[in-house]
Amino acid sequence: MTYIAKPKFHHPGLPKNELGYTHRDYEGKISTLCAGCGHDSITASIIEACYELSIEPHRVAKISGIGCSSKTPDYFLGNSHGFNSVHGRMPSVLTGANLANRDLIYLGVSGDGDSASIGFGQFAHSIRRAVNMTYIVENNGVYGLTKGQFSATADRGSKSKKGVTNTDNAIDLVAIALQLGASFVARSFSGDKSQLVPLIAAAIRHKGASFIDVISPCIAFNNHAGSTKSFDYVREHNDAVNRLDVLTGRDPITVDYAPGTVQVVEQHDGTKLALRKIDADYDANDRLAAMTFLQKHAAKGQVVTGLLYVDPDSEDLHTHLDTVERPLNTLEAEDLCPGTSALEKINASLR
Amino acid sequence: MSVQSPISSVNDFVVRFANVNGSGSASANELFARSILRHGVPVSPRNIFPSNIQGLPTWYEVRVTEAGHLGARGGVDLMVAMNPQTWDKDVASIEPGGYLFYDSTKPMPTSKFRADITVIGVPLTAITNSTYTDPRQRQLFKNIIYLGALCALLDLDPKLVEQLIGEQYKGKEKLLSSNVHALHLGRDWALQNLKCPIGLQVKKSDKVGDRIFMEGNSAAALGAVYGGATVCAWYPITPSSSVAEAFTSHCKKLRHDPETGKAKYAIVQGEDELASIGIVIGASWNGARAFTATSGPGISLMTEFIGLSYFAEIPAVIMNIQRAGPSTGMPTRTQQCDIIACAYASHGDTKHVLLFPEDPAEAFEFAAQSFDLAERLQTVIFLMLDLDIGMNHRLCRPLKWDDARQYDRGKVMTAEMLDEPGRDFGRYLDVDGDGIPYRTYPGTHPTKGSFFTRGTSRDRYARYSEEGAIYADNMQRLVRKFETAQDMVPRPLQANAAKPTKYGVIYFGSTAPAMDEAIGLLEARGHQLDRLRIRAFPFHSSVASFIADHDFVYVVEQNRDGQLRQLIVNENGIDPVRLVPILHYDGTPITARFIANAIGDHQDHLKVTPLRKAVS
Ligand SMILES: Cc1ncc(C[n+]2csc(CCOP(=O)(O)OP(=O)(O)O)c2C)c(N)n1
Ligand code: SF4
Repeated sequence: MTYIAKPKFHHPGLPKNELGYTHRDYEGKISTLCAGCGHDSITASIIEACYELSIEPHRVAKISGIGCSSKTPDYFLGNSHGFNSVHGRMPSVLTGANLANRDLIYLGVSGDGDSASIGFGQFAHSIRRAVNMTYIVENNGVYGLTKGQFSATADRGSKSKKGVTNTDNAIDLVAIALQLGASFVARSFSGDKSQLVPLIAAAIRHKGASFIDVISPCIAFNNHAGSTKSFDYVREHNDAVNRLDVLTGRDPITVDYAPGTVQVVEQHDGTKLALRKIDADYDANDRLAAMTFLQKHAAKGQVVTGLLYVDPDSEDLHTHLDTVERPLNTLEAEDLCPGTSALEKINASLR
Repeated sequence: MSVQSPISSVNDFVVRFANVNGSGSASANELFARSILRHGVPVSPRNIFPSNIQGLPTWYEVRVTEAGHLGARGGVDLMVAMNPQTWDKDVASIEPGGYLFYDSTKPMPTSKFRADITVIGVPLTAITNSTYTDPRQRQLFKNIIYLGALCALLDLDPKLVEQLIGEQYKGKEKLLSSNVHALHLGRDWALQNLKCPIGLQVKKSDKVGDRIFMEGNSAAALGAVYGGATVCAWYPITPSSSVAEAFTSHCKKLRHDPETGKAKYAIVQGEDELASIGIVIGASWNGARAFTATSGPGISLMTEFIGLSYFAEIPAVIMNIQRAGPSTGMPTRTQQCDIIACAYASHGDTKHVLLFPEDPAEAFEFAAQSFDLAERLQTVIFLMLDLDIGMNHRLCRPLKWDDARQYDRGKVMTAEMLDEPGRDFGRYLDVDGDGIPYRTYPGTHPTKGSFFTRGTSRDRYARYSEEGAIYADNMQRLVRKFETAQDMVPRPLQANAAKPTKYGVIYFGSTAPAMDEAIGLLEARGHQLDRLRIRAFPFHSSVASFIADHDFVYVVEQNRDGQLRQLIVNENGIDPVRLVPILHYDGTPITARFIANAIGDHQDHLKVTPLRKAVS
């Protein structure tokens, strides 16, 4: 058996959302990832966010590259179309899909190897093109699927499981996304569901390029002393900003603990995460301030989490290309073909 | 040097312009070609341009050909030598008895000329400088002035040239009158100071008919508009960039919603070819007709995605405007050298559909058809042009369209179909036995018909599986699908020799006009050949029967390794000895002279040598 389907049984008492869907309607196949992998927690948060938003599951297109992280779209929203493309090239496939049908919701799932190495260019260009999508990087600082090589987000000085020290500088995808003009930029931690779920929900509702970098420890290859993407390390260095109520024209999405307090969050796999919130007056509408804030904390070795920047007046690629409202994939010959009379004129002009 | 009488010819000669890139000569030279067309005389022009932007040499050649030979001829009868840098080479390329036209403002030592040609000097710089003060004007009008002088020398009707200038500068009266003025400056000077006309002349004829004059790239782009492409993603590369540029300009005119003014298309200049083909695949997966245009190096980069398109069965159209390779090769020179690279693009076992148009009219038709084929077959379709068709104007039959034509979107299951009682949807089920499964577009149905697309092996229901039997079953179905494609792609066209013959010739794409002309030359040498023009891969069964019907067959192509021949041998299991390669690959377009000499020499040789020994 090379895939595992979940039993179809629904408990009649399961809570339902506005559309009458239960959690189960947002689930997919059973994960084949290592038990306890941070990526599974992100899957759970995506399921939760879609449930809470009462999204019709089949209206989501979930697109990924190659890697453990990129396998996850098979594990959520079983009734939507998924596309596991090639390594690092999720962004272009998503861009094309989005151009073809602007009416669906586009969820791009990628890994740090996928997005910060082989796909760094595609990551950057999909962001600068303002493709309307939620782009999630499940960032573990290693190549999980190919068994533990450093990725480009691994911090300099961090150690691999085999004891090798990384001498290259790390790429901070959040800093780059800010610099490239993403209109929604956030970072979270896979274990912090209470922070991640509303972030994903807000990103989905945002029009334009939403980027969320989710630190997601790889328990197989990157959860040891010396790694800066381990549970323990992130728990100790997490520095969260929490201003998720800035989305204009939408219901405010808030998390239920006050700035300045320490919140212990229990994950699905039982691990506990201490979230320290700071900067209650953080202004998430100021891109420049966000960049400075990020750099300042990075210099202190702190992982800043939360919604770092959102542009309330964002636009997307379709706005820029001024395309028709009707999805391009619904246009037929009568809408698209200029016909013989136009061709006669063209012929005449070529004589 | 022997005394040579000047070439004398009406409506059958080659003029070559040697210019400096960036001097604004291109439009004057094209005007020259168009003027001859307006005389009812066919022309076949070619840009010859090294890979550079400004200041370096560029040539434009116009074959004036009442007989309508649209291939390159080779040789130059009249050289318009406007580039001192290439002077020696240009002068050397003139046929004995030919003509040299040059700017005589500064005297040239006689050693710079040849005794067997006629030298015609016009003090172009002097005339220009005495009329214009602005340096840019001087440069641009100098081109029109030499055009005027050529009018007198070749006996062109100035009214027809004026008419063309009028069309070009419609609504810009000042430009119009100043261009006409420059034209007459040149013409009058020539009439007063030179013996006009020379031996080469253009006389009015009626051999153009209703044919149009168009570039292949623009025609292919228009085919994409008519074929319903709504997404184009591309990355600049010579000689394919003008496909995307033409698609943009055609769409601007033809594809805006009349009420809202909004675009019924999306064009993205990708960051590279990887992204371009990724966008195409994403858009096609989601049910839009999408294409990219590129050339050899771009194909190399796209191959991983091409394998995905093949294996995951996602439609895609790739227009490959071939140039000389490998690597950067000769980026502005023509070849047909990506046949193997495209037919088997990507790792693993793959086979892809290739279409080979011969001219702009077919480029238009095949481009439009490629979207039907891509969706029908759910695979990648390569439209194989080359620089010679793509970036040159060709005379061709007018473009045609049938207004009743609907797009064939292939096997797409709708929500209603999914709801039919007893319907079993499996993304990779071969329901009809033709190897082509049904797909659904994302978002079709709340609970039915969704599937997971991946490049990894999967079963008929799109469920990940690495079981050997399941993998093999899928690979077999893909072969079945490719066999189905055989009867869907354009068939080869056969033309038989006047007399029954044991010999045949196979050719394709931009070789067609030179081949047509070569047949006449070969007949004159006493050789009869049946012809088969291949228009697509997979090969139709008539290719094998054509080979079987002849003792042996020449395969004419513009690459070093006989790539089409290899493909025929490989796919049809044919004894390679029966296929004789005729190969031209110096980057210039193949000529009738070349083909006729190569085949003719081989045929002559055959008369004395047993067949097997004749082929090394
Ligand atoms: C072109 C190409 N090169 C290399 C690979 C091998 N490969 C598969 S997944 C992967 C890295 C995955 O790392 P990441 O994106 O961080 O995901 P993770 O597994 O850590 O979640 C690599 C290098 C590939 N599939 N394709
Ligand atoms: S190898 Fe690491 S990233 Fe991959 S599934 Fe296991 S824990 Fe997750």
